[in-house]
Amino acid sequence: MRQTDVVIIGGGPAGLAAAVRLWEKGIRDILILEREHFLGGILRQCIHDGFGLTRFGETLSGPEYAARFIDQALEMGIPYMTDVTVIDISGDRKVTASSRDGILEIQAKAVVLTMGCRERTRGAISIPGQRPAGVYTAGVAQSYINLQNKMVGREVVILGSGDIGMIMARRMTLEGAHVQAVFEVQPYASGLPRNIEQCLNDYGIPLYLSHTVTEIKGTDRLEAVVVSEVDGRMQPVPGTEKEYPCDTLILSVGLIPENELSLSAGVVLDERSKGAVVDEYHQTSVPGIFAAGNVLQVHDLVDFVSMEAESLADSVVRYLTEGQLAECGLEVKTDGNVTHTIPQRISGSQDFKLSLRVRKPVRNALIRLSQGEKVILEKKMPKAIPAEMIQIPVKAEKLSREKDLEVSVVW
Amino acid sequence: MVREFTCIMCPLGCDLRAEAGQGENEDEILVTGNTCRKGKEYAVQELTDPQRNIATSVLVFGGELPLASVRLTRAIPKERIFDVMAEIRKQRLTAPVKAGQIVIQDVLGLGSDVIVTKAVGKEL
Amino acid sequence: MTGFDVVIIGAGVVGSAVARELSRYRVHAAVLEKELDVACGNSSRNTGMLHAGFTYKPGTLKAECAVEGNQEFDQVAKELEVPFRRTGKVVVGFTEHDRENLLKFKAVGEQNGVRGMRIIDKEELHRLDSSAGGEFAMYVPDSGILDPMQYTIALAENACQNGVEFYFGQEVVAIEREGEDYLVKTRKGEFRTRWVVNCAGMYAPEISEMLGYPHYPTKGFKGEYFILDKKAGKHLRIPVYPAPNDKGGFSTHATPTVDGNVLVGPDSYVTEGREDYAVTKEHLDGLIADGQKMFKHMKREYFIRNFAGIRWKRYDPETGEILDFLLEAEEDKPNTVNLVGIESPGITCALPLARRAVKILAEREQLAENPDFNPCRKGIRKYIEMTTEEKKAAIAENPDYGEVVCRCENVSRAEILQAIHNPLGVHTVTGIKNRTRATMGRCQGGYCETRITKMIEEELGISPEEVRYSRKDGYMFTGKVREEQ
Repeated sequence: MRQTDVVIIGGGPAGLAAAVRLWEKGIRDILILEREHFLGGILRQCIHDGFGLTRFGETLSGPEYAARFIDQALEMGIPYMTDVTVIDISGDRKVTASSRDGILEIQAKAVVLTMGCRERTRGAISIPGQRPAGVYTAGVAQSYINLQNKMVGREVVILGSGDIGMIMARRMTLEGAHVQAVFEVQPYASGLPRNIEQCLNDYGIPLYLSHTVTEIKGTDRLEAVVVSEVDGRMQPVPGTEKEYPCDTLILSVGLIPENELSLSAGVVLDERSKGAVVDEYHQTSVPGIFAAGNVLQVHDLVDFVSMEAESLADSVVRYLTEGQLAECGLEVKTDGNVTHTIPQRISGSQDFKLSLRVRKPVRNALIRLSQGEKVILEKKMPKAIPAEMIQIPVKAEKLSREKDLEVSVVW
Repeated sequence: MVREFTCIMCPLGCDLRAEAGQGENEDEILVTGNTCRKGKEYAVQELTDPQRNIATSVLVFGGELPLASVRLTRAIPKERIFDVMAEIRKQRLTAPVKAGQIVIQDVLGLGSDVIVTKAVGKEL
Repeated sequence: MTGFDVVIIGAGVVGSAVARELSRYRVHAAVLEKELDVACGNSSRNTGMLHAGFTYKPGTLKAECAVEGNQEFDQVAKELEVPFRRTGKVVVGFTEHDRENLLKFKAVGEQNGVRGMRIIDKEELHRLDSSAGGEFAMYVPDSGILDPMQYTIALAENACQNGVEFYFGQEVVAIEREGEDYLVKTRKGEFRTRWVVNCAGMYAPEISEMLGYPHYPTKGFKGEYFILDKKAGKHLRIPVYPAPNDKGGFSTHATPTVDGNVLVGPDSYVTEGREDYAVTKEHLDGLIADGQKMFKHMKREYFIRNFAGIRWKRYDPETGEILDFLLEAEEDKPNTVNLVGIESPGITCALPLARRAVKILAEREQLAENPDFNPCRKGIRKYIEMTTEEKKAAIAENPDYGEVVCRCENVSRAEILQAIHNPLGVHTVTGIKNRTRATMGRCQGGYCETRITKMIEEELGISPEEVRYSRKDGYMFTGKVREEQ
């Protein structure tokens, strides 16, 4: 069986960034496994701009952002394989992959999970009604339109105010479709404010908060959707139904980290983030298996995906040189105003970056990190919103190695 | 004149407030709510001459992909977006296409180029 | 116009079974189906249960066919390569009334010829399934689970391979008698035939009337379902049903599928719409509440999809009584076989019913046997079910097996290609899905649907606008983003 120091599952932004950083740190025996024909992952279809401001100090389109890493990886000569689908990872880091050339079995010293995420579907949110053609998730519509040159519809309604949905609202408008409205079940938008501005407001597309699709109509192709207002418990309010004739419904109702392979390796997942439970090294519950990017937690910006993967790579180098990483015995606990944190476990003996999201929009928020009675740090935020992934660097010198870290939001 | 809008310069999305003609100088625009310099510039621009970049695709003949993605090298006046789209829609490229390749120079005389953002190799 | 010996109307499980049984004889037969694939109606919209036959009134056609169909199914599944597991079933009870009902149905079952039923205590119940609720249960070893869509496809493909022709998108609008023949008129054309077999399912009363039989009244009992992720399937080994009510009806239950998912449902309510397959918030909410009582892993994170099916039962309009399956062939309506009110357990009964229908026809026409009849049909070999060594061998022989197209269900390009080139000539996206399970996993095609539509276009040489999701006007694309001209 082939032996490799680091196998990276997925050649998207996280996998590429991890590979490049590993190479820079002197690790040569790397293998990126990518199931598509091209490297770059989902960025290949994200042709809009707005990527790279944090990581590169300039604004790039998705393909350009990906190319920065792809070009570097190619120049370095980092080994990679495309058109290869990993079908199993074992707890002792044996990776099994399938391709037209056969079944590839590799024993890795370290496995890096960078598989990204998938979209939540109609079935997952149980939208009532019939089952015609014309109901697409935003990412699928984006793939058809931007990669395959196929237009999915003309008269469009969008459910969910996720970033991809809003970006597709603009994209389809530019291509001559009529986007009637975006409906969001929550009382606040789930995507970034700038996308409301530049994708919806710019094109006169209304965003209705606290509304949802309560019926899908059409036997063959979509004919109409019924939209209702929802109450405080997100239940449709009878009598508020309004029918919107349309041929296309785009769903942008959330992303879920894609962890089926992680589960096959026995990696413990966090019910809140839907990604792996990791420590400050990005190491999962299985020694030698690491995770970063959208497979770990859904990010708001690709820049942070790359940076998280780079930080992971630093830990993998340590793992390879030291054989194992220090135990992280302290738990990161959250109050009800925080959806989840990464990492979920820390040692208390080294610097790390804490990522989190707030559960609902809060003005003049104070993000407080404490151990027992002792407040470690407080971050003031004039505006904290669920759409934004909040990142807080934490210094080891402030931490105790005795007590769990508690994260709370107060206002 | 007072306007409020969301800054699109970065993901922070600051709530900007721009006021014209309030200071000693009639032309001066007072911006509040911004976190950085770019926010202020954006607010002034938005009040005087709102501009946007656009991203779309151009048909490629003989390529491993049917489309090459494109964007503008600099923002154009908002009201010209659909004029520029019409120009881009007319374009045809032949593979191989390189990232950075100019598809339309100085589109409609707006001082912005349409450039390819994704390389498309020849169909095998 | 084409001339046939027999035209079968409807390519549901019954029509496909009749076609398959008929292909044992030398006949020129056709199946006319209004949809673009087999089993688009209620043949696929059910729990996929191979019923044992303990709730049906002794002496009825339903009881007779259910027991016969159940007991022969191992052989049928083997011949046709139908995904099937004889799991057995437990019908659990809590109260003395439940126990009385179970004993009553045990007696009914025994009278019908159901084998091996016994009342088991809590301890044995938990040995069979640790997550089953209930104080005691009736264990029915003969019950099983199968994939009703695959079963119908298998019957139809086997019929097709043995010479029966399938015509899709052919909705029958009129049947006329012309001399010794019938002229079956569809929206697209006409079919001349000597015999007509009505297997039109929910539309059977209409076809029945066209043939000169009464327009038998039927009532639609609709039920909605949740399909749960395979992660939930790990917690359910055997179908667990609550004790039936006094009339033999079951309320919402959880059933494992042959693929490892879980079905929660159906509930039951009356509907007027023949194809009222929409799911409703009211009933889905009800299923969530009821399902959680039966199956503790009924969680939102496991929800994959919903569907609805309708059991069109024949009834007596005067008494309201639900009537038995109807199979008739009256002399004054020459050369017709009329099947009406075939609902649950239609899957279990399909082949026995088909044999009875074909027997009438074969005897009257003194049909000769088809010497080339092959009862065996090969299914598409599934990558996901292969061992690593088998995968290696399969890929070496056909590299398409190495290319994973659907990542949730691990469906390879080889399987998609075989599905696109299926013997029946079905080309819809759902047709590919139902033959391979691609897009049926937790991402619901988020990854593979774009690949499958592209393969359909490439393999069939059609434009994006011609791709159909499921039905005639169910187009997927309105055109190209950038036209070449």
